[in-house]
Amino acid sequence: MTDTSVLNASLLNHVLRHGDRALVLAQRLGQWVAHSPELEEDMALANISLDLLGQARVLYTYAAAVEGLGHDEDHFAYWREPGEFRNPLIVEQPNGDFAHTIARQFLHDAYAVAHWEAMRSSTDDTLAALANRAAKETSFHLRHSRGWLVRLGDGTDESHRRMQAGLDAMWPFAAELAARDDEEPLRQSGVVPDSGVRFAFDAEMASAVAEATLTAPERVDVATSGGGWDGAHSEHLPILLDELQVLARAHPGATW
Amino acid sequence: MTTVDLDAVREIAAAVDDPELPHVTIGDLGMVRTVALDAGRVHVTLTPTYTGCPATEEILADVRSALAAADIDAEVKMVMSPAWTTDWITTAGREKLRAAGIAPPAPAGEHPTVMLDLPVACPRCGSRRTRRLGDFGATACKAPFRCEACKEPFESFKSL
Repeated sequence: MTDTSVLNASLLNHVLRHGDRALVLAQRLGQWVAHSPELEEDMALANISLDLLGQARVLYTYAAAVEGLGHDEDHFAYWREPGEFRNPLIVEQPNGDFAHTIARQFLHDAYAVAHWEAMRSSTDDTLAALANRAAKETSFHLRHSRGWLVRLGDGTDESHRRMQAGLDAMWPFAAELAARDDEEPLRQSGVVPDSGVRFAFDAEMASAVAEATLTAPERVDVATSGGGWDGAHSEHLPILLDELQVLARAHPGATW
Repeated sequence: MTTVDLDAVREIAAAVDDPELPHVTIGDLGMVRTVALDAGRVHVTLTPTYTGCPATEEILADVRSALAAADIDAEVKMVMSPAWTTDWITTAGREKLRAAGIAPPAPAGEHPTVMLDLPVACPRCGSRRTRRLGDFGATACKAPFRCEACKEPFESFKSL
């Protein structure tokens, strides 16, 4: 392969990773609608889900252009198999109770804000434009999830216990988020400027966990390859995708 | 059509109502980006507000049909860059929002991820003794508030 085609393949991989991250979490949050603890929370989780779905659509449309095979956004959402999805494992984890969902969302949002903030200076115009919007949107998501993490953690004995349990359950999946060593070519070309992503992510986690009077579980070191970003998923993803894809697959080519 | 009045095209596009905020037009919101003539065809670009705003497709369709009704053949599309900001909402747009009971957004500022929690004035009584109840309202662009002076709930356009 030439240098250009290597870079192109890396770019496609990067774009799909983040499109999949956004789509899978959007689907998970959609499952809360009409089941949240209160009406305002239904609206909040639905709004966050919609923002993520919007980000996924932009990324999939861009992936189709980078790939150059005439696919569209629907192809990436509806016609790939679980092993082809490259989302980090945390976003496919089941909703659990509300505290599990908040722990998952907070860890994701803390990473996503750091990621989009760095991507604003990407040399790739499409990704930089999306980052400028997504950084703002994601900041609202983080304020919401961090707010709940603190309210529940620093709340009653029972809410503290459940928030800690949620954090303990989601924590092992956080390390994978900022661990990407195979995007070096994209870093060197300035497409993925990740200066300070891990630092900002770690700092946000540490300050929120302390404010919430929770205890950070022991740090988990993960391999930098072979996880969700590379298509190795838990048993939860195929079930989620079945629901997401069933209508499109029952009526191939249907439009609305 | 031999000559096209681009100002008229812009006026028609800008007059389209926002489907989720029917009291303001997309011109009020600062969504109409460029109107240009290229190879004999009118090109209109709009800036979407939120990436996932479900009204985006409807706005595109509404602008296309408003232009078609005026017998203007135009290519209408959304462009992501530069990113929309609430600072683009016009003065008239802000007044219309306030009149409809929605507090207009505070200046958004340069740094997108720094949240300025400036006091929001109640659109009904004008008091600044108001409290933000959450970050997500009936649409992605608004947040729920309550006025501690007149006790009324209201929505505020988020600064973005």
